[in-house]
Parts: sequence; structure tokens; C-alpha cells
Amino acid sequence: MTKEHLNYLKKIRREKIIVITFQILILAGFLIMWELLSKYKIINPFIFSSPSKVIETIKNLYLNYNLIGHILTTLYETLIAFILGITLSFIIAIILYEFKILNKIIDPYLTMLNSLPKVALGPLIIIIAGANTKSIIVMALLINLIVGIMSIYNGFNNIDKDLIKLFKTFNASRLDILLKLTIPASYKTIISSLKLNISMTLIGVIMGEFLVSQSGLGYLIIYGTQVFNLDMVMSGIVILIIISFVLYKIITYIEKKLLK
Amino acid sequence: MNKLLSIKNLNKVYYSKKDEIEAIKDITFDIYEGEFVSIVGPSGCGKSTLLNILTNMDTKTKGTIELNKNLKLGYMLQSDSMLPWRKVIDNALLGLEIKKEKNTENIQYVRGLFKKYGLSNFLEKCPNELSGGMRQRVALIRTLALKPDILILDEPFSKLDYQSRLKVSDDVYKIIKEEGKTALMVTHDLAEAISISDRVIVLSDRPCEIKNIYKIRREKNGSPIENRKDKNFAYYYDLIWKDLAYHDERAS
Repeated sequence: MTKEHLNYLKKIRREKIIVITFQILILAGFLIMWELLSKYKIINPFIFSSPSKVIETIKNLYLNYNLIGHILTTLYETLIAFILGITLSFIIAIILYEFKILNKIIDPYLTMLNSLPKVALGPLIIIIAGANTKSIIVMALLINLIVGIMSIYNGFNNIDKDLIKLFKTFNASRLDILLKLTIPASYKTIISSLKLNISMTLIGVIMGEFLVSQSGLGYLIIYGTQVFNLDMVMSGIVILIIISFVLYKIITYIEKKLLK
Repeated sequence: MNKLLSIKNLNKVYYSKKDEIEAIKDITFDIYEGEFVSIVGPSGCGKSTLLNILTNMDTKTKGTIELNKNLKLGYMLQSDSMLPWRKVIDNALLGLEIKKEKNTENIQYVRGLFKKYGLSNFLEKCPNELSGGMRQRVALIRTLALKPDILILDEPFSKLDYQSRLKVSDDVYKIIKEEGKTALMVTHDLAEAISISDRVIVLSDRPCEIKNIYKIRREKNGSPIENRKDKNFAYYYDLIWKDLAYHDERAS
């Protein structure tokens, strides 16, 4: 290895160290500020809680309120809605792509459905699906489906026209084109849409839990608000941040593995 | 000579919301066995439309296309269009796979072509590991895999840089001749058309009509690169250039 090459590697490593150091500093600074501001009552400690109280509350939730159960409920709902969402998006995107006329017909309705704040449908969903996990999953699906369908459909539409022409020169059937070209060619888009989809699913699940639930992190947050225990609300939010971050990282990892 | 393909009074009209566009007007020509025929014309004149009609990818408005007996046409496109997720050999077998003719005999034939044209070492590689020229040769093998009698080539070298273009057109010419195929090529490169073909058909601007058909006579027929040195080369170049330049003058 040449000296220049070593210097280059050193430069990259130094940059990485700087980035990580500052990331840690920002987090630590934020937590210390929050703790101090709360301790000296510059912000209202009852409303904004504090890191020490959050840790204490989490410990209490873990011991007395079955915190793990709540986390598992949310994760379970997210996973089901995520898998269902991806599968349905994929199937619907294929149908829309294969039958262009159908796509033209339902386009205004899709646009309407897309611009409608899905949470407005909440009460209706509860009446139809019942006050249970089903409602929460339907809610999450409403939110992740449209995004999923659109990103997969766009992937299909972006396939190189020359490749389609090549298949046509061989008199390929529509099924051949679908199985041998459309689906394999949009593999990358589908994998990349997973990341967006997991975030959307989590939003939907928490929204669903706000509306109707007996357990889950959304339930904890709403329950905390109702009994005016804002330490519980803050703790719920902190755990949610950690979970969404971890889920996102897992998906990114899977994406990397699959695209290698 | 044996007449393979005969096109008579071919017409093509496109319709848009506002009007009708006459793309092809009254085209008539024949292709004989073993010939290499090129079609040149101003860009956008409807050359590709003509090929699309011949290969049943577009419909004609009027006229007849007679194909001798049950001859097969093979279409080679401008872009090599390799599927990046398939190995080179599987790309070459794509046509056979779609036509459900992927049997041991045909696979052996394709492998034989790879070997004959020096690509055996790349069978198991990914397409993006190959140079543009190699990919173009694989694309030709993919077309040859279906054993067509007439090859239809749509600007097959236009995406290559000048150096590889000369080299690959030599290679492709050699492969087509060795496999004893008849070829019809569309190009906008006059030099390429004159150096590679037995006949050059010059088309006019839209609506495209046949302006002239030149039988290329050389002192000695060689590879396309050698043919560029032929003493008649400049003569034909000049003739065809004038045929095409006429339209620019009229337009301006």
C-alpha cells in the first residue's frame, strides 16, 4: 500500500470519527439540557418530565405495567400490517400495471383516497371491524397501502422500454413479460419501498392504538394522557423512538443483504 | 437468385388527435438470399417503423409483404438490452426460453456460437462485466439462437464508440456471412452502409419514399473495414450524401 493510499484511508477514518463524536455529543447535550432545565424548573417538569424521571417510569412500567407486553403488541401489529401491506401493494400494483384501462378508471378515486386523512376513517373502521386488533391493522394498511402501491407501480413504469421491445421481438406473452421482466426488473424498487413502508405502518399502528386498544405503546401514551401522568406519555414516546429507529435499521440491513 | 422477401406498395399512416401523419409512402423492394441490404435515410423518416412492420410489431396501413415459404425473421435492436440479473448465457437463451425451444440441441448450438466467436470465457459472467462491443455480439448470438433466415438489424452499432463500432461491424458482418444469413440493416451512418452492404436503399424525408437503390460494386469484396478503402467508396458516399442533402436544402 502506498503512502498516499494510507493517507486517504486515514482521512476517511478521521471523518467517520468526527461524525460519530458529534452525533454522541448532540444526544448527550440534549439529554443534559433536558435534565437541567427540568430540575431548575425553567421548563415545567410536570409537562416535560426529565430523563431521570423517564428512566424511573420505564423501570416502573416494566415491573408493574407489563411494558414488554405492550411493546410486543405494537411490534406484532406492525409486523402483520407490514407483511400484509407489502403483499397487497405488490398484487394491486401488478393488476394496475397489467390493466392500464383499469388504472385510468380508478385514478381519481385513488387520488381522493390518497389525499384523505386516513385517521378520519378511524371511527368508521372501529364500527365495521370491531374494537380490536383488526381495526388497528386495517388502519395501518390504509396508510401503508397507497404509498406501497405507488412506489411499486412507478418501479414497473420505469422499466427500460428497450427491454420490453426485446421481449416483444420474441413474441413474448404478457405473462412471460410479467414473470421474466417486470417483476425481476423492479426487485430493487420493491426492496427500497420497504423502508418507507415500515415507517408508514408504524404511524398507522400507533394511530390505530390511539383510537382503539387495550394494549400497545399507543395505548400507554393515550392512557398516560387520560390519567394526566405525563411521565408515562414521555416514556412511551421515548420507547417508540427507539423502536422505530431499530426497525428502520433492521430494514436497512435486510435491504443491504438482499441487494448485494 | 432466390427471392426471400418482397415488399410491395407499403403504406403506413399514423393517427393522432389532431391529424394523420403519413410515415411510409409506397415502398417497394425485394430481398434476395444471402444479400446484405442497408436502408439509410434522414433521422425520424420512418426507418424503424418499416422494420417494426416487417417484424409484426406494428401494423401496415396498405400494401403487401410476402415472405418466401415459412422463413423466420430475427430482429436485433439498437440497444443490446441485456437483463442485468441474468448471466450472459441465460441472456443469449432468452429468446429460446420464451419460444419454448430451449432444448439440449439448441443450447448446444448457442454454446457453439459463443465458442466460435471467442466468447466462451464469458458464458457465466454478468452482462455488465462485458464491453459494449462484446454485449452487441452476445445480442447477435441471442438473435441467431432462434435460427432466423433473415436478420433485421436496427442501427445495431449506433450506441458504440467509433473504434468499437468499426471492429464490431466487422465481427457482426463476419458472423452473419459465416452463418449464411440474409440481412436487412437500418443505419444513419452512410460509410457503414456502403462498406457493409451489397445494396443500399436511400429513403427520403417524411413521408418516406424510396429515393434510390444502389447496387454497391467493388473491385474486390472484403470485410467492411477493407471495403472502406475501395476506390468506389467515395463515389457512392458522394451520391448518397447528395441524395440526403437535398432534403436539408429544401427544409432551410
